[in-house]
Parts: sequence; structure tokens; C-alpha cells
Amino acid sequence: MTLETREPNGQRNGQGNGQVITGSVRLVHAAGMHARPAVKLTKLAKKFQAQISIRASAAAEWINAKSVAKVMALRAARDSVIEIKASGEDAEGAVAALVDLVAADFPDSGP
Amino acid sequence: MNKRANIAGLGYRGRTASIGFAHGPFVHIDGAANSGRIAGTPKAEATALRAALVSAGGQIAALAEAAGGDAAQILEFQVTLLDDEDFLDPIFAAIAEGTPAHTAWASALDAQIADYNSAADEYLAARSSDLADLRDRVLRTLRGGESESLDIPEGAVISADDLPPSRFLEINWSKGGGLALLRGSPTSHVAMLARARGIPMIVQLGSMSPSAKQNTKLSAKPNANTALLDGEGATLALDPTAEQVRLFERRRDLHHKNRASARAILRRPAASWGGEKIRLLINIQGAEDLEHADAQYADGIGLMRTEFLLGGQMGLPDEETQYQAYDAVLRWAGKRPVTIRTFDAGGDKPVPGFTMAGEANPFLGVRGLRLCLARPEIFTVQLRALARAAVRGNLKVMFPMVTTPEELEAGRRLFVDAVSELQAEGIAAVFPEVGIMVEVPAAALTIEQFNAPFFSIGSNDLAQYVTACDRTNGALARLSDPLHPAVLDLIKHIAAYGKRAGSGVSLCGDMAGDPRCIPALLACGLRELSVNPSALALVKQTIDGLSEGGGRV
Repeated sequence: MTLETREPNGQRNGQGNGQVITGSVRLVHAAGMHARPAVKLTKLAKKFQAQISIRASAAAEWINAKSVAKVMALRAARDSVIEIKASGEDAEGAVAALVDLVAADFPDSGP
Repeated sequence: MNKRANIAGLGYRGRTASIGFAHGPFVHIDGAANSGRIAGTPKAEATALRAALVSAGGQIAALAEAAGGDAAQILEFQVTLLDDEDFLDPIFAAIAEGTPAHTAWASALDAQIADYNSAADEYLAARSSDLADLRDRVLRTLRGGESESLDIPEGAVISADDLPPSRFLEINWSKGGGLALLRGSPTSHVAMLARARGIPMIVQLGSMSPSAKQNTKLSAKPNANTALLDGEGATLALDPTAEQVRLFERRRDLHHKNRASARAILRRPAASWGGEKIRLLINIQGAEDLEHADAQYADGIGLMRTEFLLGGQMGLPDEETQYQAYDAVLRWAGKRPVTIRTFDAGGDKPVPGFTMAGEANPFLGVRGLRLCLARPEIFTVQLRALARAAVRGNLKVMFPMVTTPEELEAGRRLFVDAVSELQAEGIAAVFPEVGIMVEVPAAALTIEQFNAPFFSIGSNDLAQYVTACDRTNGALARLSDPLHPAVLDLIKHIAAYGKRAGSGVSLCGDMAGDPRCIPALLACGLRELSVNPSALALVKQTIDGLSEGGGRV
């Protein structure tokens, strides 16, 4: 795989809860961020309690990763870099899982 | 002037979305009409919309369940949208301010549809018909009607402005028919469904610039008794003349004949070469690969990879998840053999939480069976799932990346323990045939040391290790040829030992699907090849061609 995957790096921000975890990953999906990838991304995001935002290719606006309408509206094209940030108790796991999902090109999780 | 006479016999041209031919009664479906609905108080409206969303979600889920497979995945986008608070909140806010539910819903969807349609990207624009589908379904439900049933004669050529996926699934296609859309797109979900079901389909009949002599495009509300739909030439003819029907039938028959001859090769009971039967099996990643139309013609599954189970977000898959995956494939195969390869992680397939980090040379590192033996707690879960699945069919299990017979025996011992534990727990389990994948040159050279009922040659890695060439390095393309005599010698050696020992030998690398390599593989003594489902017809045709030429190589 030829990806630029970066491990989620905790940007320690004072103590405990205010911590924001960030990560970024290159979108390798041939058709860009379209219906199936968007559905998979939002479904995975919803499994976490953390507040999760994403943006594509350093756009100004961060959008809610749990909204499929918003994720579709990103219109992230192939090879754009998806940035992910999350805060909350399971933020670290959320960013790692979302980075993995995009890096692995949205695999089907089951048969 | 009579409008019908005006269009009779004319042909319209669009774009092909699904190849095939249909001749039948012509029906045009109108989009949802915006009939009136009396709005209640804001609170009642919010309740009505909420109920309509739940009901629509239920209808879509039922359709998805009935259709299964791709169709279910396509409908999932709609279901997810119904549960999207960011999307729904502004709609309920508008209702709270006094907008009727149907207006608030429709305008939000229309805005989204317009946004998708304005996209330069055809794929995104095609998704707008999914949104129109959802818009209309919720509106119908709000008006109190369930989805109105479509009165469509069997085998009809159906025209519509665009057709949403759920409407497509409501139509009975069992007697054939075809679909002609004024708009639509070859990349739409409906087009994917039409291709999967073999329904011919043409799109963009209302917008394509017509050919010079047919200076018309299809009107918004076409009317005719019968139609010819030619999904190959992307043409639609309404109330065709006898001459048009004759030409159409000739094209259709030619198309069917060509398809039949490719199919006929697949349908022959078995490929044979020099009087010996050649067994052709398929390589799959998971149960969804079995949906390939040619998969049914395989003699079995020569390689089911299991690494896809490790890609999930829920961490490593539990026993039940794995059992379901293996069981689905065994049920499909019936009596045919299914060879499942245990986790082949590591090398170029790192798995967080499983593979070793920081190896200087992962291709020569702790991968395949080496890794599984190093992580028995993970391996045992897989072995338990396999032992349970073995009860269900003709299962064989193979270990990848084996170097010495001791590794095979160590893996076997873990397997025996897993079976005993299951049986002690009162769970049905059996010990399946256990063989190895031969891809390490040391194992290939000493194959007679291995006590196994079958061997499967992993020619990709074997050739890579024998020639010391990374296959993906273009600069080495000439050196990394799998037809190197050293590779062929090893294959010959393994095949000869298998024959002597009565152990089956197959080959499941890319060589098996490459017509250039097949004569050499047969000459090496292989009688079993495993290829991707899409390569099955080509391989069978290649082997039949060799036999007809009588050619031993």
C-alpha cells in the first residue's frame, strides 16, 4: 500500500478531558468520498462517544464525522488528505480507527 | 398531425448502462405527483414526519433484506441519512416555525439533490437519484399511502425520467424487460442493480444529441404500445416497424450466440488436457466474491483468504464472526472442496495489534504461520472457528509461509487441542484436512519431509524468493519472470512428490490465471489450478485450446 498514514498523535492540552487527538490520512478510494465510504465512515464514527470532526485537504471548515450528509458534502476527491480530530474519552481510539478505515480503503468488515 | 404517427418507428439513442436486449410492451412511469396534504400544528407535523421517517426506514430495510448483496449496501446510504441528526435538525426547525412537514422535507431534499446534480463529478450526480428515491418514499408515506403498487406488464420496456433503486427493486423483473431512462447515469445505483440482474438499460435518452438522421430526442412523456431496447447499441425504438424488429432480432441473436459460446466453455463439466482432467478452482477473499456470475462453474475454492477479517474496526474478529464467514462459503460450495488459508498477516500485510512492528525486512520476517504460532491466543480463535465450520462441508485448511515440518506439526497440535476443547464443551467440531502452502524455497526443496494430504503452491512468493526479486519492482521485471527454470523445477518437484505420495497439489498464484504460463504448469505435472473467478473462463478456454491443438509443451 502506498499511503501516507500518520499515527494519531495526542496533542496534550493541559490535563485529562480537554485533550484533542488528531490524525490524517490520504484518501485512496478510487471514486473519492462517495456513498459507500461515507456510510462506513459515519457508522464507525458513531460507535465512539467522542466528538469527531473531519475536513478534507485543509479546507477551513471542520464537519461532524457522524453526519453522512456532511461527509458526502465534503466531496473529498481521491488523493485528498483527510484530517481527523476528536475530543472525549475514547478520542484516541476513534482517530486510530478512522485513520485505519480510510487507509485500508474502506474494507468490508464482514462477509 | 397525429403525435403517435410522428414517433412511430423512430429510434432514440442514449448511453448504455447495462448490456442486453428487450422487446415488449412499453410503459412510462411518472415521478411522484405532488398531491395535496393538509398540514396540522407544528407539533403534529413534527410527529407526522418522525413517523414517516421510521416507516420509510422500515420499508427500505425490508427491501434491502429481500434483495440482499449489493442492493442492500446501496440502500444503506438512505437508511444512514434517515438517522443523520445534522441533516434532520434544520428540517424539524423549519417545521417548528410553521412549515408543513412535506414542504420542509421536500425542500431540504431538493436542495441536497440540486447540490449533487451541480457536481462536475458524474458519480456524485448519480447519487442524487438515491436522494429523490428517499424524498418520494417519505412523501408518499406522509400522505398516508404506502408505496403505490406499480401496474406493469411482464417483460415490459419501462421508461422513466429517472428510476430510484427502491422502485427498481419493487418491479418484477423475473420475465425480463428493460429500462430506458431520460436522465440517469451508467454509474448510478440502479445501473449497478440492472447489471447485476442482467436487465438491459439505457440512460440519458432525453439529453443525448441525436444522430444526424434521427433528429429527435425522447419526449418527457413518451407514449407507445411496444418498444425495442438494444442495450448494446444504446438505442430505443418505439412502436417499431417490421424491418426494425427484424434487424433487432438479428442483433439480439448474434449477441446471445456470442455469450453462449463463452458460457458453454465454462459449463463443460471439466477442462481436460492430454486426456487428464484439470480441476479449476477459484481464489476468493470472502463470500461476496461468490456473487461473480462465473463462480458457480468452479470445481471448488482453492484459496479463501482470511486476512479481510482482520481489517475490521472492531479489532481482531471473534470466533463467531469468523465462523459465520467460513460457514457462508462452505454452504455455497455444498460438496465441493473449500480450502481456507489461515491468517497470512505480516510481510506486505501489516495488521495493528497482531503483526510485529519494526521489522527491518518484513517479507523475511514473522509472517504467516510463523506469526500465528507466535500468537497462539489469536490463532486458536481462528482454529476453533474453522473446526466448527468443518462440520458444515468439505473443508481443508492450509497454513501459509511454512519453512519446516516442525512448524506444520506445531500448528496441527494447536488445532487438535482446539478441537478437543470444543468437543469437551459439547460443541460440534471436527479436525479437517490440514495442508500447507508451498512458497518458501526450503519447503519446496524438502517437500517429501512434509506429511500433508495436500499442497498448494503459492507461486507469487515462491518465484519472488527463488529469484530474489521484488515483484512490484519494475526495474526487475525481466529477472522476476515466474517462468524461470528454477521456479518450474521446484513446481515439477512438488507435483511429482504429490503424485507419488497421493497428496493433492494445486497452484494458486497469478501464474495459474496467466495463459502464457498455463502450458508450462501443465507440463510440470499440475492438474489443479486456482484462479480469480473473473479468469475462470479464460483459463478453461486456454486449456481447451491446448487440448484441441494436441499440444504438449
